[in-house]
Amino acid sequence: MFELLSYGDAGWGDEILAGLAITMQLAVVTLPMGLLIGFVAAFASMSRHAGLRAVGYGYTTIMRGLPEILTLFVVYNGVGLLLNKLAAWWNPGGTNIEFSPFAAGVTALAMVFGAFAGEVLRGAFQSLDEGQMEAGRAIGMSPRKIFFRIRLPQVWRFALPGLGNLWINMLKDTALVSIIALDDLMRMTKVAVGVTKQPFTFYLLACLIYWALCLLSEVVLAYMERRANRGIRRV
Amino acid sequence: MSEAEIILKAEDIHKSFGAVEVLKGISLEARQGDVISILGSSGSGKSTFLRCLNFLETPTSGKVTIHGEEIQVRDGKPLNARHIETVRSRLGMVFQQFNLWSHRTALENVMEGPVQVKGTPKAAARAAAEALLERVGLKDRMDMYPSQLSGGQQQRVAIARALAMEPDAILFDEPTSALDPELVGEVLKVMQSLAAEGRTMIVVTHEMAFARDVSSEVVFLHQGRIAERGAPEQMFTNPQTEVFQRFIATVK
Repeated sequence: MFELLSYGDAGWGDEILAGLAITMQLAVVTLPMGLLIGFVAAFASMSRHAGLRAVGYGYTTIMRGLPEILTLFVVYNGVGLLLNKLAAWWNPGGTNIEFSPFAAGVTALAMVFGAFAGEVLRGAFQSLDEGQMEAGRAIGMSPRKIFFRIRLPQVWRFALPGLGNLWINMLKDTALVSIIALDDLMRMTKVAVGVTKQPFTFYLLACLIYWALCLLSEVVLAYMERRANRGIRRV
Repeated sequence: MSEAEIILKAEDIHKSFGAVEVLKGISLEARQGDVISILGSSGSGKSTFLRCLNFLETPTSGKVTIHGEEIQVRDGKPLNARHIETVRSRLGMVFQQFNLWSHRTALENVMEGPVQVKGTPKAAARAAAEALLERVGLKDRMDMYPSQLSGGQQQRVAIARALAMEPDAILFDEPTSALDPELVGEVLKVMQSLAAEGRTMIVVTHEMAFARDVSSEVVFLHQGRIAERGAPEQMFTNPQTEVFQRFIATVK
């Protein structure tokens, strides 16, 4: 069994690790993009303008209602097509644009993450005590200062548990990209199973790796929550 | 009234929330060293008026002048809105619910305004903040977070935070109303010492003893108007209006 997992030509260790690297790259690149979309969606749905609010709510409602795998297909097939149409219109006879599975995976995962994160962040912003911001205004802080010095540091406290959940969900959802032929941990595991006919060994290994990633995430998140809750009395 | 320089002047402040007119034309003048107590039953508009002075609430109409910086409001729109932040930085404010920033220590709360708004170098702001916390008797608690402090201690930190901006005047919005009775004294003592050193203060309060003994002028609001105003000794011993007579009878 250990030869099976060894590093090198005989074993699958190096392939599995390469898959793990892709999985982690996906997750790590998706997170900031998803957060960005989440903030934009949250601000849109809290906006004073009815139009922006409709866009914000519309986005979160639609995206949360779609199966992730469908979003992935739509992005992978649809956006690639769209890009090529646009390119052809811009520069007829130009080369074909390759919308890579990685880019498609990140885009789809970030769109889903952003929709859920938007709701988490909106809830968190609305949980803030208005008096905290008033104290900032009363001292002469600009709206920008109030946002970065008061709102943002305090919003993490309310948003972290929810965002942590989303991160762990997203980490596992990366497995979906194996369907669009991206060589992530899930796909490499399937390939190994196909070749060696040892499903139990390799699926168990994949389970352990995903689980270890989640466990590690939870440790880091617990630390971040403790930091964000500095000075807050537990009730 | 004294002949000292006028620090703060509010002229004909009106404020409506929807169809309800909460303030029906209130004018007030605070000179250097004045301690003005604003009294009134709940719903009289006293807190709203105080919040109009630093534009936490935008008046519907009226004019507020702070040290020559003048902000005129017409139809709920301040005509020179960009002065509002400057005006606010010159007026300290102490809230009923303290509103200390919960993610910062006592010391950081006091340093925040000078560093972030006035651009004071950190070391200087820190030294000043430590001195202010010492003054309100909390130097030994300066590294604690608000949640680790009692209400009275939080309010004293909030006063230090207001003082750190070296304001021309300080607005107090029912500073002792959220405190347990046994903690009221420590906050009033600090406020008294500020009055004694000649600070200009406008205090919305239910503390009759403070209004009577510390303030230089008492203003009584009733249904959005000033029903009675004057020197405290005269107002409390010889109230002129029936509404104020009833008010002091009920709060005694």
